[in-house]
Amino acid sequence: MGSLSLKNIRKSFGNVEVIKGIDLDVKEGELVIFVGPSGCGKSTLLRIIAGLETETSGTIEIDGNTVNGQSPSMRGISMVFQTYALYPHLTVRDNMSLGLKQAKRPKDLIKKRVDFASAMLSLDDYLERRPAELSGGQRQRVAIGRAIVRQPKLFLFDEPLSNLDAALRVNTRLEIASLHRQLSATMVYVTHDQTEAMTLADRIVVLNNGVIEQVGTPMELYNKPKNKFVAGFIGSPQMNFIPASCLEMSDAETVGIRPENITFDGAKADLTGKVSHIEQLGGDTNIYADCGEAGLICIRLFGQHEAEVDSTISLHFDRDKMFKFDKDGNTIN
Amino acid sequence: MSVDIKTTARSQVTFRAIAAHAILITYTLIALFPVFVIVINSFKSRKAIFREPLSVPTPETFSLKGYETVLKQGDFVLYFQNSLVVTVASLTMVLLFGAMAAFALSEYRFRGNLLTGLYLAIGIMIPIRLGTVAILEMMVASGLVNTLTALILVYTAQGLPLAIFILTEFMQGISDDLKNAGRIDGLSEYTIFGVLVLPLIRPALATVAVFTMIPIWNDLWFPLILAPAEETKTITLGAQVFIGQFVTDWNAVLASLSLAIIPVLVLYLIFSRQLIKGITAGAVK
Ligand SMILES: Nc1ncnc2c1ncn2[C@@H]1O[C@H](COP(=O)(O)OP(=O)(O)O)[C@@H](O)[C@H]1O
Ligand SMILES: [Mg+2]
Repeated sequence: MGSLSLKNIRKSFGNVEVIKGIDLDVKEGELVIFVGPSGCGKSTLLRIIAGLETETSGTIEIDGNTVNGQSPSMRGISMVFQTYALYPHLTVRDNMSLGLKQAKRPKDLIKKRVDFASAMLSLDDYLERRPAELSGGQRQRVAIGRAIVRQPKLFLFDEPLSNLDAALRVNTRLEIASLHRQLSATMVYVTHDQTEAMTLADRIVVLNNGVIEQVGTPMELYNKPKNKFVAGFIGSPQMNFIPASCLEMSDAETVGIRPENITFDGAKADLTGKVSHIEQLGGDTNIYADCGEAGLICIRLFGQHEAEVDSTISLHFDRDKMFKFDKDGNTIN
Repeated sequence: MSVDIKTTARSQVTFRAIAAHAILITYTLIALFPVFVIVINSFKSRKAIFREPLSVPTPETFSLKGYETVLKQGDFVLYFQNSLVVTVASLTMVLLFGAMAAFALSEYRFRGNLLTGLYLAIGIMIPIRLGTVAILEMMVASGLVNTLTALILVYTAQGLPLAIFILTEFMQGISDDLKNAGRIDGLSEYTIFGVLVLPLIRPALATVAVFTMIPIWNDLWFPLILAPAEETKTITLGAQVFIGQFVTDWNAVLASLSLAIIPVLVLYLIFSRQLIKGITAGAVK
C-alpha cells in the first residue's frame, strides 16, 4: 500500500495545455476521486500517474519514490479502464495472471492470488471462459480482479462504471467500496459522475480545465464549496444560481441555493414563479418554476407532492443555507 | 391501412434485394466469363478452340494436349515454384513491415509523424514502373539481376504504401485501453503489437494481402526485366514461351494460364476465410 504525491504536474499536447499545475497528496489507504466535466483532463492526469503519458513537467512520487520516467509496469500500480480492456485471446484466469507471469513470479503464488481475487469477486465459475463469453458486469469484475492480483501500491480507476447499465453500476460501486475496505488499498478513481464521487470517496478532487478547483471530503464540498463551479457541480439536482439583484442583495453578484433548501411559504416569499414542470420520483419531488428574471428554479421536496403546471407558487429560501458568490465566482463568507 | 403500408414496405425490401442480387450476379458473370472461356478451351483440341470458342468440351473435342505440353516442358514446375516463392515472400514482407510501420505511425507521437505518413503514402500514387531504369541499374550494381531476391525487393516496395495506408487507418481504431493494459502488465511493445494488435486487424490484413498478391502474381514487367533467366522465370513469363512471333501454341497457353489460376485461388480462399472470420468476430462482440 502506498501514498501518492503530485507536485506541479503540467501537460501540454502541442500548444494546448491540458493539465495546468496540479499539486496533490494522497495518503496511504485513501480513496481519492477526481471528478469534473468531460474533457477537463482527468484521464490525462491518471495516465500521467500510471506512466502511460509523459508529463511535460512536475514530479510524481509513489510511496515516497520519484517515479518520473519509470515504465508503467515498474511503478507498482494497477489500472481498471472504462472499456474493460481485457485480452480477448486469453481466458479469465490468464487475463488475471498475465502481469505476474510477465514479472516471473512463482506459479503457486500466481494461482493463490488469482483464486483469492476470483473468490472475492465471485468469478470462480468463469475462470476458464474468454472475455467474449462474459457480460459487461462480469468483464468489469475480471478487470478489477486483474488489478487486485498484482497487489499494487496504488489502484487507478478510469471511469470503471461508465459502460455499465444503471443497476449494475450501483452493484459494482458497492463492490468497489467493499474492496477498498477489505484491502485498505490506496485508490485514485476518475469519474464525471458526482453521485459516484459523493458515495465512494474519502476525498474528492474537483477538476476543471486542468486545474484543481477544490479538494475535500464529500460533505466539505457540499457544505463549503469554494466557488460557484464546485457549488454547481456537487449536489443533484444542481444548485440554483440567482442574480443577487433579483433578491435585492447588494453584497454579492450571484446567490446560490440548493433545491432542497427552498420551501413554499406565501407569507415570507422571496420569489414567486410559475410551475413549468414537475418530476415525481416517489421518494421526493422536483418542481421546476419559472421565476422570470431569476430564471428557472428547481425545488426539491421530500415525499410526494402535487402541483398544477402553470399555477403560481411562492418560494422561501432558507437564509442560513444560501451561498453568495462574487464577480469571479468565488464564495463570499 | 397499416397492413398495406407494411406490405408495400416489404415488397420494396424484396425488390431491392432482387435488384442488388441481379446487379451482383451480372457483375460476377462478366468477371468470370474470360476465366471460364480460358478454362473450357484449355480442355479442347486446337481445331475446336477456333471453330467454337464458346462451347464446352464434348467427347469429340476433348483433349489434354495443352496440359501434356506444359507438363512435359519440365521447367514448368520450377516456374510455378518461382512464382509462389516470390509472391509469398513479398506478401509476408509487405504485411509484416506494413503492419509495423502502421503501428508506429498510429501509436507513437513523434516529430514528423504526419510527414512520414504522407511520404509513405505518396507511393500509392506514383507507379513504381516509372523507376524501372533506376531499379535495373541498382540491381545490376548489387549483382541481384536474375535472382528472385530482386523481384521480392521490388514487390515489397511496390506493396508497402497501400498496406501502410490501410493498416494505419485500422490501427487508429483499436482501443488505447487494451494497449495500455498490456503496458501496465509489463508486455513489451513487440508483444503488444504481435499478440494484442495484429489479431484485431486480421480483416484488414486479409484485405491488404489480396490486393497485394494479385498484381504480384500476374506481373510480367519486372520478371521480364529483372529476372528473365531460365531458372528464375515466373509462371506468367514462362507462359510466354508458347506465344511465338509466328506460331502460338494456344493449347499450351490456355493450359498454363488455367494452372496459374489455382495457387492464387487457394491463397485467396485462405485470406477471404480470415476476412469473413474477422468481420463476424467483430460483429458478435
Ligand atoms: N493524445 C492526445 N492528443 C491531443 N489532445 C489530447 C490527447 N488526449 C487528450 N487530449 C485532450 O486533453 C483534454 C483532456 O482529455 P481527457 O484527460 O481525456 O479528459 P477527461 O478524461 O477529463 O474527459 C481534452 O480536451 C482532449 O481533447
Ligand atoms: Mg476520460
